[in-house]
Amino acid sequence: MAGAKEIRTKIKSVKNTQKITRAMEKVAMSKMRKAQDRMSAARPYAEKIRRTLGHLAQANLEYKHPFTVEREVKRVVYLIVSSDRGLCGGLNMNAFRTTVREVREWRAKGVEVDFALIGGKAISFFRRMGGKVLATSSQLGDRPHLEQLLGVIKVMTDAYRDGSVDRVLIVSNQFVNTMTQKATPMQLLPLEPVKSEGLLEHWDYIYEPASNELMDSVLMRYIESQVYQAVIENAACEQSARMVAMKSASDNAGKIIGQLELAYNKARQANITKELAEIVGGAAAVG
Amino acid sequence: MANIHVDIVSAEGHIHSGEAQMVFAPAEMGEVGIAPRHAPLLTRMKPGTVRVQTPDGEILPFFVGGGILEVQPYLVTVLADTALRAKDADEAAALAAKQQAEEKLAGANSDIDLARAQAELIEAAARLQFVQNLKKIGR
Repeated sequence: MAGAKEIRTKIKSVKNTQKITRAMEKVAMSKMRKAQDRMSAARPYAEKIRRTLGHLAQANLEYKHPFTVEREVKRVVYLIVSSDRGLCGGLNMNAFRTTVREVREWRAKGVEVDFALIGGKAISFFRRMGGKVLATSSQLGDRPHLEQLLGVIKVMTDAYRDGSVDRVLIVSNQFVNTMTQKATPMQLLPLEPVKSEGLLEHWDYIYEPASNELMDSVLMRYIESQVYQAVIENAACEQSARMVAMKSASDNAGKIIGQLELAYNKARQANITKELAEIVGGAAAVG
Repeated sequence: MANIHVDIVSAEGHIHSGEAQMVFAPAEMGEVGIAPRHAPLLTRMKPGTVRVQTPDGEILPFFVGGGILEVQPYLVTVLADTALRAKDADEAAALAAKQQAEEKLAGANSDIDLARAQAELIEAAARLQFVQNLKKIGR
C-alpha cells in the first residue's frame, strides 16, 4: 500500500522542518531580548549628544558648519540598513520597497541617487538597482559595533563635505513593538535644527580648541550615533521579525501535519476495509 | 556646598550618572578640574581617566578612550568614544568600505538571480501601487 507509506515519509519530513523552525523561533526570542537591551543602552548617549547640540545651536552664532546648511539637491545618497540573514519575514523587503519608491520620485525630479549599504541583503538587492554604490558594510553579527560603521559614515560625510552629494538619507526599520516594525526614511544630512529649551541670556562656550573644529567633532559624533542607533534598532527588528515568522511557520507546519495525519488514517482504513472484503470474498468462494 | 550633576555616556551604553563635588577630565589641552558653577566649556578629551569626586568625598575613576566634554554651570556631560580613533584609522575604514562595495558589486554570485527576481517583484509592486494611486485620483 504505497499511499500510506508516502504520506508517512511526508509527515516525518514536515515534522523535521517544524523542529527547525521552532528552534529558530526560540533562538530569535532570546536574541531579541538582548538586542532590545542594547537598543535601550544606546539611548542615553543619543539624548545627551542631542542636548549638547541644542546648547551649541544656541550658543554658537558666528560659525555655520557645512553640515547644517541646506543646498540645492542634485544628488542624494540613501544609506540602507538591512540584515545579513534572511528568514525574517518581510522586514528587509519593506525597507527596500520604501527606498525604491522614494528613489523613483527623486529620479523623476532629475535627481541622481547613490547608495550606501549596510547588511548583506541590501548588497545583493541593490546590486541590480543601478546607481552608484559608495560604500558597504556587512557581517555585522548580532552585536553591531560602531567601529564597523565608521568607514561607511566617513565615506558619506566626505562626499557631503566636498559637495558631490547634497543630501543623505537613512532607511531602516523602526522597532514599534514585537509584532510591528516600520521601515522609515530619515534625513541624516543636512542636519535638521535641534530644538532646545530656552536659556535666557546670551552666552557662549569657552572652546578648546577652536569652535569650528569642535563643532565638527560634535556633529560627526552625532551622525555616528544616529547611524549606530538605526543599525542596532534594525538588529532588534530583525530578531523579532524572525521570531514572528518562525512562529507562524511552526504553526503552519502543525496544521499540515494534522491534515496529513488525517489523510494517512483514511488511507490506512481504506486499506483494511479492502483487505477484509477480499478475505470475506475469498472465504465465500471457498465455502 | 552646591554639587554638580555628571552624566557619563558612551554610544554603546550608559556609564555613570550622579552628583559630584568636583570632576576631573583629560581635556585635549590638559587636564581640567570642574567645580560647580564652572563657566560653559566645550572641549575634546584625550584617552585617559575621568575622575568623579562624589559628595561623600569618594573618588570614582572612569576610563574614556577620548570623546567630548561639555560643561554647563550645574551640568557636566561626558560623551565618551567607544571606538579608538585616529585620523588614519578612519581613512582606512572608509577605504575598506569602498573596496567592499566594489568587490560585492563585481563578484558574480549565485544569489544574483534571486536578488533580481526580488527586485523585479518589488518594482512590479511599486508600479501597481502607482497605478492604484492614479485610479484614486481619477475618481
